[in-house]
Amino acid sequence: MNWDWNYAWEVLPGIVGEGLLITLEVTVLASVVAYALGLVLALLRRSPIAVVRWIVWAFIEFVRSTPLIVQVFFMFFVLPNIGIKLDPLPTGVIAIGLHYATYTAEVYRAGIEAVPKGQWEAATALSLPRGRTWFAVILPQAIPRVLPALGNYSISLLKETPILLTIGVLDIVGAAYQEGSAAFRYVEPITIAGILFLVVSYTSSLLVRRLERRVARSS
Amino acid sequence: MFDNLSEFVSTILVGLGPTIEATLGGIAIAAVLSFVFGLAMLSGSRAVRVVARIYIEIWRGTSEVVQLFWIYFVLPLLVGYQVVPLAAGIIVLGLNFGAYGAEIVRGAIQAVPTAQYEGAIALSLTPAQRMRRVILPQALVEMVPPFNNLFIQLLKGSALLTIIAVPEMTNQARNVLMDLYTSQAGLIWTVLLVFYLLLSILITFGMKFVERRAARIVGRGPSQAAKDRGLLIAAQAGTGLNLPGGTRSGGPVP
Repeated sequence: MNWDWNYAWEVLPGIVGEGLLITLEVTVLASVVAYALGLVLALLRRSPIAVVRWIVWAFIEFVRSTPLIVQVFFMFFVLPNIGIKLDPLPTGVIAIGLHYATYTAEVYRAGIEAVPKGQWEAATALSLPRGRTWFAVILPQAIPRVLPALGNYSISLLKETPILLTIGVLDIVGAAYQEGSAAFRYVEPITIAGILFLVVSYTSSLLVRRLERRVARSS
Repeated sequence: MFDNLSEFVSTILVGLGPTIEATLGGIAIAAVLSFVFGLAMLSGSRAVRVVARIYIEIWRGTSEVVQLFWIYFVLPLLVGYQVVPLAAGIIVLGLNFGAYGAEIVRGAIQAVPTAQYEGAIALSLTPAQRMRRVILPQALVEMVPPFNNLFIQLLKGSALLTIIAVPEMTNQARNVLMDLYTSQAGLIWTVLLVFYLLLSILITFGMKFVERRAARIVGRGPSQAAKDRGLLIAAQAGTGLNLPGGTRSGGPVP
């Protein structure tokens, strides 16, 4: 096997530039969707209405038990049929965000359950309304503790963003694949994409570890 | 609305074979690698630990899609012949999820109470006996629930093999059905999702069985009857031994 440095230099800018940018964009946007929607799901799982709790539980289990790529295809093909026309990138962001929301919901749930019972009792004793209890007492204590866990899910999510190349969103891997198929030579671009992935995910795991330490210190 | 449903089901069923092959093949390789590298990380030799760490970081740090492309396009150049897509897929699933599994094995072994090591040393068991007869059987019970999750992730990962054109279920839906029935996309993809859900449930059932077996080996009763029998034996023997009851990881025994 021979490694062609000239060719490697030639494909590098496309992968590190445009490709990396798309990867980061999808990761950040999908994380935001996952964090927000996960909190909504976690709160709905504690709804006083049993039917709501049951439906949310079933939804979470279903989404978690089925492949993300199938859910991406589902959105990509079904949304236009019901009149919602979105570009591939937002479609992918929603699909990934939704999938990971079912994971972050569990994270929030654990965080909420870790808030001491006395906090609830105190809120009741002060006769705070339900909304105030949640947003002024419980969540401000629950959320900082779960931030590292949420960060870890962002890293998992980052590694799944290349799935979107199947619907034409060209991230690091998509860009590498495209470069490869243009020249019909895949060794260099795919290897570069792999190394770049290693660098990005390792850097993000260092960031999450720092966050972990900060959270541990402040509590 | 449900027109052609039977055709959708039968077309997806064609891909069931490759999906199951990929999943079971991936599980087999991943399970072996999990134990090899999980134990390697606890090795006394620094070199062994470093090698295990490098394997784990590389396969956990990159995306499964990159790994698929790499094995599919680059490996043939290294070994000199083209691997069939399904084989490439099984290798990637095994190597990728084996790296995650190694952490599970390592964690479960480290979670076995130190007193068990000390007890085995006091009985002057050799290190191999200690691991095989005392530590591993107990760690095994702890490993089952996380491995259940991992294997479901692996099943979900098998859908990615469609990217390298393995004719598995997702590929059938994407490349056969989508070309013909785009207007019925909702039904097609729902059918496919239900297929995956059923396979996930099947894996969970299988792992529940494994968990009961593993619990029985270390004498953690799978059923009340077995537990009672154990207590009876202990009482008759007059040992007054405190039988360990229940599993910490939410096993079948409360």
